[in-house]
Amino acid sequence: MTQDVILEIRGLRAGVGDVEILKGIDLTIRLGETHAIMGPNGSGKSTLVNVLAGKPEYEAWAGQVTYKGRDLLQMPPDERAREGLFLAFQYPVELPGVRIREFLRAALDSIREHHGLDKLSVREFNRLLQEKAKEMGIDQDFLRRNVNEGFSGGEKKRHEIFQLLLLDPTLALLDETDSGLDVDALKIVADGINRFRGPQKAILLVTHYQRILNYVAPDYVHILIDGRIVASGGKELALEVEAKGYEWLRQTVGG
Amino acid sequence: MVQAPPVYDAYLQRFQELAKTLPLPLWLQEMREEAIGRFLDLGFPVARRGNEPWKYTDLRPLAAIPFCQPPPPYPKIQAKGLRQILPWSPRWDVVTMVGGEYKASLSHIRGAQAQVWTLTQSLQEAPSLVEEHLARLAIYHNDAFAALNTALFQDALVVVFQGSREARELHVAFISPPGEGPYGHYPRLLVVVEKGARASLIESYVGLGSGPYLTAAVTEVFLEEGASLEHYRLVMEPEAYHIGQLRVWQDQGSSFHSVYFGRGSRIGRNDVRVELDGPKAEAYLYGLYVTQGQEHLDNYINIDHIKPHGTSRLLYRGILDGASHAIFGGTVYVQPGAIKTDAEQEDKNLLLSREAEVDSKPALEIYADDVRCGHGAAAGAVADEALFYLRSRGLNRELATRLLVKGFATTVLDQIGPARLRSFLEMVTFASLPSLRSLG
Repeated sequence: MTQDVILEIRGLRAGVGDVEILKGIDLTIRLGETHAIMGPNGSGKSTLVNVLAGKPEYEAWAGQVTYKGRDLLQMPPDERAREGLFLAFQYPVELPGVRIREFLRAALDSIREHHGLDKLSVREFNRLLQEKAKEMGIDQDFLRRNVNEGFSGGEKKRHEIFQLLLLDPTLALLDETDSGLDVDALKIVADGINRFRGPQKAILLVTHYQRILNYVAPDYVHILIDGRIVASGGKELALEVEAKGYEWLRQTVGG
Repeated sequence: MVQAPPVYDAYLQRFQELAKTLPLPLWLQEMREEAIGRFLDLGFPVARRGNEPWKYTDLRPLAAIPFCQPPPPYPKIQAKGLRQILPWSPRWDVVTMVGGEYKASLSHIRGAQAQVWTLTQSLQEAPSLVEEHLARLAIYHNDAFAALNTALFQDALVVVFQGSREARELHVAFISPPGEGPYGHYPRLLVVVEKGARASLIESYVGLGSGPYLTAAVTEVFLEEGASLEHYRLVMEPEAYHIGQLRVWQDQGSSFHSVYFGRGSRIGRNDVRVELDGPKAEAYLYGLYVTQGQEHLDNYINIDHIKPHGTSRLLYRGILDGASHAIFGGTVYVQPGAIKTDAEQEDKNLLLSREAEVDSKPALEIYADDVRCGHGAAAGAVADEALFYLRSRGLNRELATRLLVKGFATTVLDQIGPARLRSFLEMVTFASLPSLRSLG
């Protein structure tokens, strides 16, 4: 592919506190691409997406991350979001008393304002909300609830992808969006992700299991072990890992 | 107790002036004489070890000033101006008291269900009702502020709700007028909800004064058998020393649903006592307090379960900014015999500044078996995780904080029935928090 590079990671080392978790990551993502990062628990998958999203306790120690030609690591997390970066959380945070509708309205207004667009009228916003809710099989009662409060695991993940469709970013970081979902819920979530895909979009999907890749076919698969990408390939790499286990790769690369 | 005699002399002198000018029946004259005597004996409470009710509130600044001038007249006040500072709806009945005086031009009552009288009117229309109820709950023998109010109120409002029809809201507004000198304002409200009656009452206390002044308010509420009152109490007197007392007595099967909203004051006190004195009575007490700057607010809430099968919920939320200090104290008592009591109390605080301080000490004293009681308290800053979640969706830090603060207050705001009142209090909440105010 010769599309525009949206994200370029060079020699990224990062950690939490004194612990180094990412030990030198190189990755290039172009518009239109879907990259899957697979790896065992503790390999640094979540750290990677959290560093990219700007979660405060995750610190980049060395390296460069360029997003849309800008130094991503210098941008505060809300600016990253307004510039089209979206993180679907592995563990979405409960916000007691904060209504979904008001939350989404504030998010959408913030993003539109940043791009010099007028706020949507109440009517336009409602129409958009209905449309995206319908796509994700979310009903009216659900929209009256507080953000993530009392949601089941499946509802939380579905709500994340609902936000993805509504806020319509450029680069989606999906942090184990498949974990804890039964097959039916996984299909709904995967349908949502596929609906998001397009020539002007990009996805970095982090997962422990190959299962979701049956529904969201990646263009590239990377295997992350001990903070390093030890193998990259097409979607067949995911099937190979599924069949042989991560231990096989660890030995192959002598990690 | 060390007293500053000139200050106490000034209060006595004020009492004597009023005694000469107010035409009161003998029983009330005697009651007031007794009350001023008790006040002079008790003196202002002193924050010291062992004096639990006043442990965290130092009244010395208040006790140093004689708040003995009458509230200044405020002829310029108009309905239009009131709507800027008070919640308002064309549906509500309104009674306005300015500096303790009834303002007919700012009052209108259309509902037939509520009898609303000034003290003089009530002594003509229902003298025995007044004598039977006044000062029966706000016992002044051991309470300096109940004594002071009883001795010095210039007028009182007496409200009697009758009938089972759902009434329109009655809004009783007590305005502390603007004025220079240290004046004393002693609002007094007596409410009787008769057997089986249902009613809705908003009491609000609004200060327009800039200099230090004292508002020492007393409200007594009687809920007869099966009566139901939806009650709101708003205190917005940042420049005052505001000592507010609410005393509630509940008979069998009565229901008291109350929401308190308090801004901080120079020294503020929200002193509530509810007695569930009949079986199957229910009391729901919600509160939201919002403090900033050097403000101080002391919530002292006591619920007394006296009879069986009572239910009480005490749920308060505090939002503290600046170097303000808030307190949540008091006790839920379950008396011997109050079996099958179901009581919960909870106070949670959100600290928007490192200098803000809260002492939250909910307590339970249980002397009966077979009860279900629980309590909890918490204080903390806005959660980083929550803040990051919102920022990861594009909201800047200020907007995200604002949304979380609003969410925090929602537990209490959701308990407010009238939409106009709710939106007014949401506005006041944000206007009262400098950390958020700039955001509009």
